[in-house]
Amino acid sequence: MQFTAAEPGLSLAMRRKTVYAQFPMTANGSPYAPHTPAETEAMLSAVGVDREEALFDIPDDVRFDGEFGIDARSERATRELVEDTLAKNDDLVEFLGRGHYDHYVPSMVDHLSARSEFLTSYTQYQPEVAQGFLQALFEYQSMLVELTGLSVANCSMYDAATALGEAATLAVRVRETTGDRIVVPETLSAGRRGTLENYIAGHDITIDTYPMDDGNVDREVLAESVDEETLLVYAENPTVRGTIEEGLGAVGELADDNDALFVLGSDPVALALLQEPSSVGADVVVGDAATLGLPSAYGMGLGIFACREEFLRQVPGRLVGASEDTTGHRAYTLTLQTREQHIRRERATSNICTNQAWVALRTAMHVAWLGPDGLLDLAEDCVTLARDLADRLNDIRGVKAPVHDRHHFREFIVRTDQPASAVAADLESAGYAVHVVGEHELQVCVTETNERKIDGFVAAFEEAAR
Amino acid sequence: MTGESPLGYNQARWTDDEDTYEPLLSEKNTESVAVDSALPDDLTRDSLELPNLSEPELARHYTRLSEMNYGVESGPFPLGSCTMKYNPKFTEDVAAVADASVHPDRSEQSTQGTLELQYELQQYLGKIGGMDAVTLQPPAGAAGEFAGILIANAYHESRDDDRSEVLIPDSAHGTNFASAAMAGYDVVTLPSGEDGRVDLDALAAALSEDTAALMLTNPNTLGLFERDITEISEMVHDVGGLLYYDGANLNALLGHGRPGDMGFDIMHYNVHKTFATPHGGGGPGAGPVGVVEELAEFLPDPHVRESDDGYELYAPENSIGKVHGYQGNWLVAVKAYAYIARLGDEGLADASAKAVLNANYLAEMVDYEVPFGPFHHEFVASAGEQDAGDVAKRMLDYGVHPPTTKWPEIVGEALMTEPTEIESQRTLDQLAAAFNAARADDIETLEAAPERTAARRIDQVSAARDPRLSWQALDEA
Repeated sequence: MQFTAAEPGLSLAMRRKTVYAQFPMTANGSPYAPHTPAETEAMLSAVGVDREEALFDIPDDVRFDGEFGIDARSERATRELVEDTLAKNDDLVEFLGRGHYDHYVPSMVDHLSARSEFLTSYTQYQPEVAQGFLQALFEYQSMLVELTGLSVANCSMYDAATALGEAATLAVRVRETTGDRIVVPETLSAGRRGTLENYIAGHDITIDTYPMDDGNVDREVLAESVDEETLLVYAENPTVRGTIEEGLGAVGELADDNDALFVLGSDPVALALLQEPSSVGADVVVGDAATLGLPSAYGMGLGIFACREEFLRQVPGRLVGASEDTTGHRAYTLTLQTREQHIRRERATSNICTNQAWVALRTAMHVAWLGPDGLLDLAEDCVTLARDLADRLNDIRGVKAPVHDRHHFREFIVRTDQPASAVAADLESAGYAVHVVGEHELQVCVTETNERKIDGFVAAFEEAAR
Repeated sequence: MTGESPLGYNQARWTDDEDTYEPLLSEKNTESVAVDSALPDDLTRDSLELPNLSEPELARHYTRLSEMNYGVESGPFPLGSCTMKYNPKFTEDVAAVADASVHPDRSEQSTQGTLELQYELQQYLGKIGGMDAVTLQPPAGAAGEFAGILIANAYHESRDDDRSEVLIPDSAHGTNFASAAMAGYDVVTLPSGEDGRVDLDALAAALSEDTAALMLTNPNTLGLFERDITEISEMVHDVGGLLYYDGANLNALLGHGRPGDMGFDIMHYNVHKTFATPHGGGGPGAGPVGVVEELAEFLPDPHVRESDDGYELYAPENSIGKVHGYQGNWLVAVKAYAYIARLGDEGLADASAKAVLNANYLAEMVDYEVPFGPFHHEFVASAGEQDAGDVAKRMLDYGVHPPTTKWPEIVGEALMTEPTEIESQRTLDQLAAAFNAARADDIETLEAAPERTAARRIDQVSAARDPRLSWQALDEA
């Protein structure tokens, strides 16, 4: 090693002396640092210091000589600490959704995604040694292309909310006219709305809401709202209240007529069954793909970002493409990287670097495990389970379900004569969690993971709604 | 002359035919299924076409793909600025417990365990960084930067103080520039001084009443501690700006220095780097943000605090709102908590000490020129007359994941190297042998590399010129 140029006139040894420090060696080291005392001594000697602390080039006045007060623990004790803490959560059966869903994750996904070659790798900056992950992400992108009908899908955003935010900044970059209004449903969840507001903070854009008509987009009012100043129209299918949209094609036309981007929110299970976004004129599809691949994990997601080909060079995040290696074999690589922050800096399409690649791997595994029949069966269950549970709740005196006269997917609104918060509290006491969405409105979500709890839930609901 | 390395390595290479390594799922078997639903036809698609394979076939497919991938457990992974530590196995089991996976809309009283763990992790991170309050919401480092700059913006706005610029050294991570721009700021790039650190004259010239914040990585991407940090802090604060700490390199400081003690007002933590959660082939990570007391009112909504009978969520008084739909990558946060609780004060301090020792030892053993120094957790060698990208490809043949290449640009043909604390002296010697063997290789050998990986050198230019991003696009071609 040759040191150069750092501080002319000051030898390395002298510089090291200036950082010579006063700290004792730690008694107990990191269990994941393999150094024996003899090795440590030999290495210190090789670099010309006698203590590790001498290597820290931190001025005395900002050195830390205090304690965090965190006790080291054995692996067993650490597991017990975390598990005992989390066990303080009540053991509730969740009938919860509203954008974050629980589907059964096959064991194969856990086992194969945990292979360390996948789990402990990083972004594929060296594609020759990362073909496996690149191919899996290429396959994920392809699945999203099939599900959305759009020709480009990136290999992940953080979640549905940040994907929506990225769609808004894409709209600013690609739209040829100068609109400054984004229109979103009045029912847009607070998490997505709040994130969207922050993603457009750097632009002079306003967000307007449009009303819903019995759960679906009120197309008449929307038609009055969308004009040439409209940059983006956002809708969801299914909606956050679980209804399936019936006139999205008209929304797509409305957006197109006004030169606005039509962004549609969905998830891979719904996309398997419902109208293809491309067929209703969607320019961008966002949403949460971790609906497959992850359990309901306190909101941890996988942002879908798919769009039409013409926006390719404005897409945020990573893209995997096919190429060839020098032997003529098809090989995969991250591509179009000049869009990205590590090259384009403040002119990048997004700041995203670390993303949700491993979740995308899991989602692709889950889709592959289901296959087209399995995925369609799962989606159909989301329709019939919701319909049947709504029918059973509707039989309860003082309860109307579903509130909206629409088809539903996974979830629906329930109106109760009793105050909704009181009904929800009683249900929680009985071991069930539901959403309170209005003074007399609850929201209930059902999938195959809580299906076997339905009888008990209906009985508890009857008690609670009394 | 071709260099000799003691390392032997051949990555698995499954080959299907003369054009294809492992076939795509779609090439193995695809089926188009007509949609038959209880829903009216006009609400559904007509058909769905996807791969249709049995679980044994899929297990073999993904096992083969994993064999054609390289992770920390495959071998040395000294990717600079990425802190590719070993990811302790037990943290996976901890995050897999059912109680970790609750729905985010559950009531506070029914999720006291989740809230307590969040609170405790906030406390841990606050102590480690010297920060007064910490949010766990940002789902990655760049998301943390974005949240942090939004907090700086909210702070200035609350004082009716209109500021338009964020200052960033030219050696900083690309995300810094992009995050500041996303938040609506003009980016002012600071040239580094001759010693690789912040040039105080350049800083003084750039600072003004328009300065909202200086974003700083310390130690910086050259592995150098900003010795003038106290003076830098005073200069930034004197003009009313805030000092932002990019936590990408925090593994160099654990238990030895805290950003909060150095005058930083806002920082993010990369838990997938410093706290050993797996990088997952590109994510998920998590980017918690810490702030000083004066900025706690601006933290994202919701935030966890202690209540009379446990823990509760609340919206900080002047919250910036949301940077994620829910509470970020929670399962990653659980793993980070477990790692910190396992190591404790002494383990964390030792992790940094060994990371710094390893970087300096490896720098000593490498034949390439290594400008600047002494180093903290990483160093940047120069490939000199060689192309750093070619050197990297050759190192793959020696069974080593190469350093980050050609960045930071301050060093010509940069090889940015961060071995982390997990490597033993023996492994570092092997790693050095891989560097030195590549240095001794001739140009032809370097340009022909890699030879022993699943794929040989991949054509990047045609991948970008003729983008084929799905199996559907391959069919069209």
